[in-house]
Amino acid sequence: MVFVWNIGVDPVCSLLWAIALIGLSGLPGLLLKRPGPGQILSVCITTCAALWGMAGVLQILGGAPATRYLLDWPLPFGPSELSVDPLSALFLLPLLLAALCCSLYGLAYLPAASQPAVEKRVTLFSGLLLASMALVLVARDGLLLLIVWEIMALSSWMLLMTDQQDLQVQRAGTVYLLATHTGSMALYVFFALLKGETGSFVFPAAHSLALGGTVTLVMLVAALIGFGAKAGIMPLHIWLPGAHANAPSHVSALMSGIMLKVGIYGIIRAVSFFQQLPVWFGWLVLLLGAVSAITGIALASAQRDLKRLLACSSIENIGIICIGLGMALVGIQSGDRVLAIFGLAGAFIHVINHALFKPLLFLGSGAIIHASGTRQIDRMGGLSRILPRTAPLFLVGSLAICGLPPLNGFVGELFLYFGAFSDGMLADLPVIGFVAPILALVGGLAVITFVKLYGAVFLGVARDPELAHGHESPLAMLLPMGLLAGLCLLAGIGAPLLLQLVAPVVIQYAGVSPLLFTQVTGAVPLQQIALLNGLLLAVILVVWLIWRFLVQRAPVAASSTWGCGYLAPTPRMQYTGSAFSELITGLISGLVGSQGRLSGLSGAFPASARFASVTTERILDQMIIPSLRGADWCLAWLRRMQHGHLHLYILYVFATLFFLMVWSQP
Amino acid sequence: MMPSTLFHILLLLAMPPLLLGVINKTKAAFAGRVGAPYLQPYYDLAKLFRKGSVFSSTTTWVFRAGPVVTLAATLIAALLVPLGNHPAIISFNGDMILFAYLFGLARFFTTSAALDTGSPFEGMGAAREVTFACLVEPTLFFILITLARMSKSLSLTPMLIYPSPAVWVSAGASMLLLVGALFVVLLAENCRIPFDDPNTHLELTMIHEVMVLDHSGPAFGLILYGAALKLFVLGAVFVNLALPFKSGNLLVDWVAFVAAMLFLAVLIGVVESVMARLRMVRIPQLLVAATILSAFAMLLIVR
Amino acid sequence: MVALADQLLVLVMLINFIMLGSSRMAFVIRAVAAQGVILGIIPGLLHPFSGHLLIITASIILAKGVVIPYLLNDAVRKAQIRREVEPFIGYVPTLLLGAVFTAIAFVFAQKLPLAPEHRDLLFVPASIATLMTGFLILTTRKKAISQVIGYLVLENGIFIFGLLLTEAMPFMVEAGALLDLLVGIFVMGIVINHISREFSTVDTSQLQTLREE
Repeated sequence: MVFVWNIGVDPVCSLLWAIALIGLSGLPGLLLKRPGPGQILSVCITTCAALWGMAGVLQILGGAPATRYLLDWPLPFGPSELSVDPLSALFLLPLLLAALCCSLYGLAYLPAASQPAVEKRVTLFSGLLLASMALVLVARDGLLLLIVWEIMALSSWMLLMTDQQDLQVQRAGTVYLLATHTGSMALYVFFALLKGETGSFVFPAAHSLALGGTVTLVMLVAALIGFGAKAGIMPLHIWLPGAHANAPSHVSALMSGIMLKVGIYGIIRAVSFFQQLPVWFGWLVLLLGAVSAITGIALASAQRDLKRLLACSSIENIGIICIGLGMALVGIQSGDRVLAIFGLAGAFIHVINHALFKPLLFLGSGAIIHASGTRQIDRMGGLSRILPRTAPLFLVGSLAICGLPPLNGFVGELFLYFGAFSDGMLADLPVIGFVAPILALVGGLAVITFVKLYGAVFLGVARDPELAHGHESPLAMLLPMGLLAGLCLLAGIGAPLLLQLVAPVVIQYAGVSPLLFTQVTGAVPLQQIALLNGLLLAVILVVWLIWRFLVQRAPVAASSTWGCGYLAPTPRMQYTGSAFSELITGLISGLVGSQGRLSGLSGAFPASARFASVTTERILDQMIIPSLRGADWCLAWLRRMQHGHLHLYILYVFATLFFLMVWSQP
Repeated sequence: MMPSTLFHILLLLAMPPLLLGVINKTKAAFAGRVGAPYLQPYYDLAKLFRKGSVFSSTTTWVFRAGPVVTLAATLIAALLVPLGNHPAIISFNGDMILFAYLFGLARFFTTSAALDTGSPFEGMGAAREVTFACLVEPTLFFILITLARMSKSLSLTPMLIYPSPAVWVSAGASMLLLVGALFVVLLAENCRIPFDDPNTHLELTMIHEVMVLDHSGPAFGLILYGAALKLFVLGAVFVNLALPFKSGNLLVDWVAFVAAMLFLAVLIGVVESVMARLRMVRIPQLLVAATILSAFAMLLIVR
Repeated sequence: MVALADQLLVLVMLINFIMLGSSRMAFVIRAVAAQGVILGIIPGLLHPFSGHLLIITASIILAKGVVIPYLLNDAVRKAQIRREVEPFIGYVPTLLLGAVFTAIAFVFAQKLPLAPEHRDLLFVPASIATLMTGFLILTTRKKAISQVIGYLVLENGIFIFGLLLTEAMPFMVEAGALLDLLVGIFVMGIVINHISREFSTVDTSQLQTLREE
């Protein structure tokens, strides 16, 4: 299927214009005096630009030739290049969609009328963030990529610090800034080595770099650290939960749904330069992916904060994508084309899927926070009465993220399962077969997490009677959520369409012929599964009709929930979210724990007592923080040079300069 | 072909409650009682479908949708399983993944419906159900991978019809491990002893029973039937694996299958009468042990 | 034309000494403004006339001669400073040190492998001397405004060196340098104001109390 639209405009050019428009969409708001029109104008600009850009992207995915644009600017190192190839196009598609949805959402979530100053800032930096992310995907040389990478990091930090009075937000912002710049340092190493070896910053053609062993090793590790820190792969994930939890909801949607993918794009792009990868690299990526997936969802299952839970689940999904990438790399290394196809197809489909349902969940969380006034799951409950239209949309998102049929999450995981099974069947790499139980475990934990989330937030009765009595989300918030939910359903039922989208990228990067691709993916029964999904929905309808018929024949009564004879049930007696996940948290206490502090219980009839419990993270508390403390202790002697005398500091500089002047005498 | 398929569907729809009846009769026999008639579950279902419903005021549409979606998912999963030597009604490459995930869908809705009631009992049952099911998933997939490797196919029908006496002779150890692990999966997924006691309704012992505490009337009938169907489906998988007897004759195969299913029901009844329910802390250990067993079986085959 | 520029550089070095010896704030600010204006004129003397050059000259004179002194005077007014407190090593020793540094600058410039056309000019020694004067002011003065002025003098020294480097400087570099300077001064003015409000002093040696311990 090839989309050929002869609208006479070069798709790359229209895409670049769209990116520029999105980037500048926040400016009118700054210039206009009255709050309100600026926001609406920016939403209109972003929507039109996103639609226009998506047309261009689909053209490129459909096979239109992509032109290269040279950015001739007076910076050193020469002009920079911009171009769009199928890989960039694949990642740009969800970016533009998210741009549309989140800007529309922001219209009601952060209305200019109520918070004019904040809204202007958020609109401006959202536009900048989207444009810089798009430019990262479109850049074809290292210098431009580093510049827009920094812009991306800083604009996302500015958005993160929207609620800057909150102490938690400040801490999250500091950690985020440090983590992202650590990653950037690794990226500088990578691009410096690239320049050193090839003589320029321009990206080499795919599979063209053949360097010595050590240089390749260092470059690959640097790329993995630099891009992996942005993607949130364990153990570089420590900034993720705090950052995504404390940003405004539509910004979290952008960060979680798109920015993590930019990191994944970077890894793929960096790895694709090399002709010959070391054997262990694919296994390393696979291992990191598996570890991220399991620990991510384990962390998520123990969280009590709504948005932290969703953020930790993003770590899990990135892990799944890395599992796919690792499988593909191992397949390419060992010449197993089938494994490579399945791995890449699964990874790319999951990229698109995650960018559909994670923003949906975050936008829904924004609606929840507006209605309840809190982020603590244990205090919510019964919100589906206040949010009758948001609740089903959130349910669609939860089902999709657990990978349950008939929605789209299942399709991506299906390809990964096929990769695992097909290699488990053959003699060559049976270890890959272990991927299937790992994915199954991750899926099971995901079900725990999202049943807990959906049940504790929307179902039952409100656990805290002082909860804010909110109202249903306005239309501007419901529309993007509905769009994303509809796309999840569409992608689940129309899975062959998804495969068409990722086909060109998989063919290019797995190095296979289109014929082999069709042959191999033909083994995946997307049509039959689509048929069965339809049958499932039909059977649900039939059973429901039968049940309705039976119910209406007999008397129906309402009553309170049966409490085994207990006369005075209260909402506080319900299972809270943390109670629900306590069993699994106890079993995986190696990864995540719960620390409880009990005080006040003494004697036979204690008057009052306090119990507080907080979720702890083992990897963070027992590995990363102690190692950082160790580093701090080792460098403590340097502290003596920091005596606080400003003039002595300047004198240091002067003395060094003077010394160099004398020393350089011929 | 057509009458065989018709019989397949009929058996699928009609036999499950009979299994429950046989189990109960077995347990009664062990206890020295006469016990309820074999067809009692059918009478129970008929009675429940006639009864009125009581809905709690805390519940929403999710509570009403729970039993419906659960039964629908189990029905679709039932279409994917071969009965005896007769292939499944729908069979394609990779249907075993859909099979496992359909049960996941059913579980999601059952547990959400349980949380909808706002009662601590249902919450407790839901928490236990999701946790133990999560531990069962890797075991199931290890079993599936081992079977896929042995039968060199990715569809449930060839995988389950594959084990023949020759296979048992050549790979007997791993088959035994698989069968053992699958039996544990069967008992865990259907909430039978030693994981859960389907007879009592005390909160300390319940997983499945307490989750459906608040359902009444036709909805409870749907749940009961769905549970029986799940037992039948997973039992069919077990029987296919455990009994390699395959004659060419269609009639003999069907008779053998029905007899094997009834024997399985008796076996479950025996296990229920002989063992007590495990302490709650032992259940994860048993499930992890089953995972290790199935992983070991996979390693034996892979080697 | 180059000879005239050379003489103007002598004037620049004289202004250095004036700044080292003076203690009145307003006077020092005027001196650094004058130094900036002179430095703005010099490119006009060195390069052939063009529109680009006119813009450069005008913007340098505007920035260094008008805008920055305005910002500094504003900061001085808000923080209500009149005079500098006694610097760390006294005014007379500072002047003597300035003279020593200027001599060192001349000696060093002799030793450098310069291009033949630059060898007899005052550009390199003036630049190094101004640089060192700037550092001296930064290191020995206590008031925050003085440190800003020291920074300005430092930048002037670098600018003089840059006059040698290219035929016509690329616009980007100059604009960047100017912008950097403007923003730096602007920010420093705000910071000084805040320091004076928080601690009711702009004595930067007191900043040591902020050290984390």
